[in-house]
Amino acid sequence: MSAAPAIAAKAPARAEGHALPVAVVCLAILVLWYIAAIPMNWVVTGPKIEAAGGGLANTLAFSWNEARPVIPAPHQIALELWKSVFGAKPWMPKSLIYHGWVTLSSTLLGFLLGSLLGIVLAIAIVHVKFLSKSLMPWIIASQTIPILAIAPMVIVVLGSLGFTGLLPKSLISMYLCFFPVTIGMVKGLTSPETMQLDLMRTYNASSAQVLWKLRFPAAVPFLFTSLKVAVAIALTGAIVGELPTGAIAGIGARLLQGSYYGQTVQIWAALFMGSFIAAGLVWLVGVAERFTLKRMGVRP
Amino acid sequence: MTGKTGGRLTDILYPALFGVGVLVIWEAVVKGFGVPAVLLPAPSAIWAKLIASLPLLWADFVQTVIRAVIPGWIIGSLSGFLVAILCDRIPFLRRGLLPLGNLVAALPIVGVAPILVMWFGFDWQSKAAMVVVMTFFPMLINAVAGLAASGHLERDLMRSYGSSWWQTLLKLRLPAAMPFIFNALKINATLAMIGAIVAEFFGTPIVGMGFRISTEVGRLGLDMVWAEIAVAAITGSAFYGLLVFLERRVTFWHPSYRK
Repeated sequence: MSAAPAIAAKAPARAEGHALPVAVVCLAILVLWYIAAIPMNWVVTGPKIEAAGGGLANTLAFSWNEARPVIPAPHQIALELWKSVFGAKPWMPKSLIYHGWVTLSSTLLGFLLGSLLGIVLAIAIVHVKFLSKSLMPWIIASQTIPILAIAPMVIVVLGSLGFTGLLPKSLISMYLCFFPVTIGMVKGLTSPETMQLDLMRTYNASSAQVLWKLRFPAAVPFLFTSLKVAVAIALTGAIVGELPTGAIAGIGARLLQGSYYGQTVQIWAALFMGSFIAAGLVWLVGVAERFTLKRMGVRP
Repeated sequence: MTGKTGGRLTDILYPALFGVGVLVIWEAVVKGFGVPAVLLPAPSAIWAKLIASLPLLWADFVQTVIRAVIPGWIIGSLSGFLVAILCDRIPFLRRGLLPLGNLVAALPIVGVAPILVMWFGFDWQSKAAMVVVMTFFPMLINAVAGLAASGHLERDLMRSYGSSWWQTLLKLRLPAAMPFIFNALKINATLAMIGAIVAEFFGTPIVGMGFRISTEVGRLGLDMVWAEIAVAAITGSAFYGLLVFLERRVTFWHPSYRK
């Protein structure tokens, strides 16, 4: 939901807000969800309802409160989230805060490394002509390899080299998130017009000066747009990085355990926790974007 | 640039040289330093394994790509497109769905894989469903943006011709939306491969690229893993290349293709 105020804040002049339509659509999804829970859970709850004598009251009571449902009712997920966030101490493996933190830390490390790599690659591509010809197609090709599929191998290989824990997962996040940063930064660094570049040349500016005083400031809006995409996929990378290794901590591990033991409610709670983290991260990058652009004197 | 053909030749030559160079260095490092095959097999060993296990790789390819990726990609992209048209007709729906769509597109959607495996079973149906879910939102967002991309001037011209909503859609707004739609199709091509392979981590019959990778890693058969990766990379690049080719044919008018 955190995206809605951000959009509203950007365009306050628009008469028609987003709040009402979004609320209506959300409500419709909730209602549909509750209704869909009845037939979808029938496989599990049907016999119990019939044993209890049928009727609408029994149907609703059993369909929406089944311990191992096919699809849990929204309030069950909310309850599970509440229990695992506020009911357990944050450093215990029962707490979702603990798992969220494990995933978040490797996300942030991967995001940092990936963004740095992306920026460095973009600067190299813009300045070295041979690289722009030879490297760019491979950067694009690198993303057609499903890196998430290689994740288990990367983790096993790094594990046998003595790297365990945070770093292997972060490397997967890094591999995923350098790409949008590189693409966006190449676009941004080449966005100054010929006239501006010529002006810099008449000043006898070195290419480092051109980079720092013209190209980089021009690329900042592109950078933030790319960073928003990058931080979201860095989180995806971290979660998937936890799957194949049988990790014992993290959102991905929580999903895997839930699927092994048929704990549907736990899967959904972990999924929502991951979603909250993603929305929060994107929101934070958006805040940083607005702050930086304001400091640079950009008016929306 | 020295003429059109010369430019095109270097466009292919440079990346090819770079790729060959990487392979040569890889082979030299593995052979020269005696890196054990359980860490990093040499390209020649991977090639040998690839040739030796073609039937197995083909079975995995059929299970993952033909049965899950392609149908899921088509269904997901098509339904995203249809919902975008619906949103275009009903502005209330657009204002309600689009912020949510933007939010969902940033979420780690791969997380629903265990749920889908639970709902649709271990076989390819759950993988195709995963691909549908993953490809739906990028197409929705891009198609809505694309349908709004045609200029006021052109739309006013269509109105002055007295053309109906459908005529404006088919003759003006859909062609104008094509660059956005192809952008979504290209994003989806990569997402579809990832979705299908990740869904296989949560349970499969004993065939499929994701299954093969995770079991071979467990047995430290890294040459087989790399062979599977090579198949995935070639498939992904071919898929992407086909879309780029189609895009050039369909959106030949776009400024980015002007010489």
